[in-house]
Amino acid sequence: MSGVGLEKDTGPAPEAAGAAGALLELRDLHVCYGAIEALKGISLTVAEGEVVALLGANGAGKSTTLKAASGMLAPRTGEVLLRGERVDGIKSHELVHFGIGHVPEGRRVFARMSVLENLRMGAYRLRRPDPDDLDRVFSLFPVLARRRKQVSGTLSGGEQQMLAIGRALMGKPELLLLDEPSMGLAPLIVRQIFEILKEINAQGTTLLLVEQNASQALRLADRGYVLETGTVVMADAAPALLSDPRIRAAYLGEVPE
Amino acid sequence: MSLSDIWDVLVLGVVLGSLYAVIAIGYTLVYGVLQLLNFAHSEVFMSGGFGGVIALTLVEPAAGPTGLQSAGYVLLGMGAGAVLGGAVAFGLEKAAYQPLRRRNAPRLVFLLTAIGASFFLYNLAGKLFGRYPMKMPTMYENKKLFEVFGAGVSVTQLIIVLAGVLMLLTVDLVVNRTKLGSGIRAVAQDPEAAALMGVDIDKVVSRTFVLGGLMGGVAGFLFGTNLQVDYTMGFLPGITAFAAAVLGGIGNVRGAMLGGLTLGVVESFTVEIWGDAWRYVGAFAVLVLVLMFRPTGLLGERVGRTA
Ligand SMILES: Nc1ncnc2c1ncn2[C@@H]1O[C@H](COP(=O)(O)OP(=O)(O)OP(=O)(O)O)[C@@H](O)[C@H]1O
Ligand SMILES: [Mg+2]
Repeated sequence: MSGVGLEKDTGPAPEAAGAAGALLELRDLHVCYGAIEALKGISLTVAEGEVVALLGANGAGKSTTLKAASGMLAPRTGEVLLRGERVDGIKSHELVHFGIGHVPEGRRVFARMSVLENLRMGAYRLRRPDPDDLDRVFSLFPVLARRRKQVSGTLSGGEQQMLAIGRALMGKPELLLLDEPSMGLAPLIVRQIFEILKEINAQGTTLLLVEQNASQALRLADRGYVLETGTVVMADAAPALLSDPRIRAAYLGEVPE
Repeated sequence: MSLSDIWDVLVLGVVLGSLYAVIAIGYTLVYGVLQLLNFAHSEVFMSGGFGGVIALTLVEPAAGPTGLQSAGYVLLGMGAGAVLGGAVAFGLEKAAYQPLRRRNAPRLVFLLTAIGASFFLYNLAGKLFGRYPMKMPTMYENKKLFEVFGAGVSVTQLIIVLAGVLMLLTVDLVVNRTKLGSGIRAVAQDPEAAALMGVDIDKVVSRTFVLGGLMGGVAGFLFGTNLQVDYTMGFLPGITAFAAAVLGGIGNVRGAMLGGLTLGVVESFTVEIWGDAWRYVGAFAVLVLVLMFRPTGLLGERVGRTA
């Protein structure tokens, strides 16, 4: 699956946040599924307020990285730090209380619940849901307000993606992990979702964004990492990655010279 | 069969059906969160019967009790049934199923464990309480209270239906309106996503067992009041209630209620028309027929708010 031919030649990104100030830091993370080692020593940082993109081919380990960060998977070795505090080994239902929101691959909305019930589930971790949060989600995603009573399984793909993001926002995350929010959506909807992500970031939420849609992701992101078969092969500022010929060839469909 | 007979049979069916519905909830809730057919639930029901009989034997109800005393005895019996049912369900999940979940055991292992736990529990009850049926101490004079279209309704029958309806309303409220309920529904639909919302799956599963156990326990006491209590009492009502849960659409709470009432009424008419030997044939024939035309059960496919 490492057909893109990137060599592991890039050092830490020039603008990478110092480890001390990082909101999220992954240190030499190894994650295995049984005998298969999916992550072979991933290190990355996300500073407060940043948008960081995580790119890579199918099977590179992007989803696995997010799952390790949100406690869905426990790393075999390596560390996950939130604000410098080790959180690896803490299960996902507890880690949400540390301010991590994870919008999983494939949206995973509760299909038999209404839109409103899904959003309430997003606030499950809070003792008392904040009505302002609901207003905020509805103003970010007006379509959800219009469809609040609709059973979520009958929403369109784009609407489900919006619901998944809105649901995660209801838990008041400081760091939002997004796994391929553009998957299977029409270009117009993708643009719309990226606009909203920009807005969410401007409102103060840090984003770690996994994407196949490299051009959209890198235009939104401050920095980016490229994964290949479980290792980081490139890390740089987003504009630098966007103009890198290897990235352009591998992810933006340009024929290399 | 005259018209008033029909009402008599219907009253019997509704009484039986309320019990089946309450027991079926226990199967369906657990199936919802774990996709587990918890065959040991019939022994949770039996435990409730023993809980009630033991508590009442200990207090020795007075002869010719006042209305207030009678109410106290009944509440004590229900409370004891609920406590024992809930405790057995809790322990069952912790001792038998949680270790399997931790190890990600295949589904078949869960099923075998459920059957094994069922055998273990009813034989344990036989050892502890003897193999002879125990009669519930008399808590009140079981007289005819009133008539519905000529069919008499006794005190016991009224208690069973009232308690059944109350429990069904309560569980519906818990599942649809409380935080535990949203946890149960979320885990039933997508456990991983539920965990990402902060739902502690272990806790929700454990509480689901307890919720089903409390109700199954009360049903065991009520059943024992109507007939008697013995260590094998769980088997047939358990199987029938399980069938009721499947008939209604396993995993669906309102389906379990509908399935329970249906099978209770069908059973009652079968006995009336063809005799007691055919008691379970009618109900199971209905089950097979419905599943042939609607494999998901009566409410199984309904996309709704119920888990
Ligand atoms: N549950 C699992 N069991 C076994 N192997 C798995 C499991 N989940 C992922 N893997 C393997 O781990 C590797 C990384 O998978 P991952 O889902 O993280 O990739 P990805 O970068 O998100 O890919 P995609 O872009 O297709 O979503 C793949 O080789 C995959 O086959
Ligand atoms: Mg993925």
